[in-house]
Amino acid sequence: MSAINLLPAPGSRGCLIEARDVVKSFGQTPALRGASMSAGSGEIVAVMGPSGSGKSTLLHCLAGIFKPDEGEVWFGGRRLDGLGETRRTELRRTAFGFVFQFSQLVPELSAADNIALPLLLNRARRKAAYGQAASWLARLGLAGLAGRRTGELSGGQAQRVALARALVTQPRVLFADEPTGSLDSLTGEEVMDLLVGIAREEGTTVVLVTHDARVAAYADREVMVRDGRVTTPPGLGAVRSDAGAVR
Amino acid sequence: MYRHRLDSECIVAAVNVPLTLLGLLEREPSHGYDLKRDYDAYFGRGKQLPFGQVYSTLARLARDGKVKAGRTEPGAGPDRKRYAITDAGRSEVEAWLAEPVEPEPHLQTVLFAKVVLALMLGRSAGRYLDTQRHAHLQRMRELTELKRAGGVVDTLLADHALFHLEADLRWIDTTSARLHALAELVNAP
Repeated sequence: MSAINLLPAPGSRGCLIEARDVVKSFGQTPALRGASMSAGSGEIVAVMGPSGSGKSTLLHCLAGIFKPDEGEVWFGGRRLDGLGETRRTELRRTAFGFVFQFSQLVPELSAADNIALPLLLNRARRKAAYGQAASWLARLGLAGLAGRRTGELSGGQAQRVALARALVTQPRVLFADEPTGSLDSLTGEEVMDLLVGIAREEGTTVVLVTHDARVAAYADREVMVRDGRVTTPPGLGAVRSDAGAVR
Repeated sequence: MYRHRLDSECIVAAVNVPLTLLGLLEREPSHGYDLKRDYDAYFGRGKQLPFGQVYSTLARLARDGKVKAGRTEPGAGPDRKRYAITDAGRSEVEAWLAEPVEPEPHLQTVLFAKVVLALMLGRSAGRYLDTQRHAHLQRMRELTELKRAGGVVDTLLADHALFHLEADLRWIDTTSARLHALAELVNAP
């Protein structure tokens, strides 16, 4: 069994991304009331909790999509919440990948177009971008669907394309918010097998928001969000010092 | 990568050995050795059936008229008889396969007892449920890892265990949400 250490200092080795005492409200409605969590390099952490508990808001704060009202967000030794919108957008494009419940692909574009898009936005050459897209399509068992519009794909195929689009930039952190929520059980398992398999091969940290225990069981550990606060399992401090070694 | 072997007793809690051997015999007459080999492959899941149990079970089935032992064949060792299922044995297998397993509601589980006692004793039932949730998820992680590494038989057995653990987890979550009401009930004067 892995050794458990106390939470490392922000930005220290072993802790790649961290929220500290994050508070976030929408109007008069508080969503997070001092939430803290962290994920180590290469670690897969499931964020669980009932509907409305604040787990998706926490993911959005960690990813720099929402700016916390109070508290701090750290990534790779840098304070994320203090950055301006432009820098946070750049970080999201280069260091983070996203998979949501509904794949949010561009339906009029082909599978290859959708996967190449983040690379093109990052000023990659067209040929290189489409080469990478083809490689990811093959890796996810979609080689024959490169030219197919994503609006014509099944839910499972679309989610695999979304996974490829999220990973094509080789992000350090993959944020997955209910990635199997719109899929049937078996298709969801296939997507999770791919997501976890690739994340472990690439050493990608995954923050996985889910209410589904069977999905959470793919993670290395879980945290619970209740009423805007995070509870770690009894007896566990937070990050495993050897999070990277779990792979 | 960390991997966990499946603790066979956790997911194959109660294989009915006599009926399972009888079912294997319905395919074709077999020696005890063949039965043991097939049993271990499909139902043992790391816990092999002792030879002694195979032969004592076959002897009981023969005594009860459910199998018939053939003539002793020449050679060394105990495994010199071929066993064949009888009509009575075939009927028993058919009835067993047609009968659903008792869907037990387990209303008075250990989990329930611990929650009620914790509330009665003024201890933190919520903390106990959190600990239990974590233990369940840990077990689900092990089973998920087994599915990812194993074949279709491991996958099906692990699925069975995972769905049961998931049902427990739902109960744990619902109970967590109802602790206040339960506390009022058990602590009412």
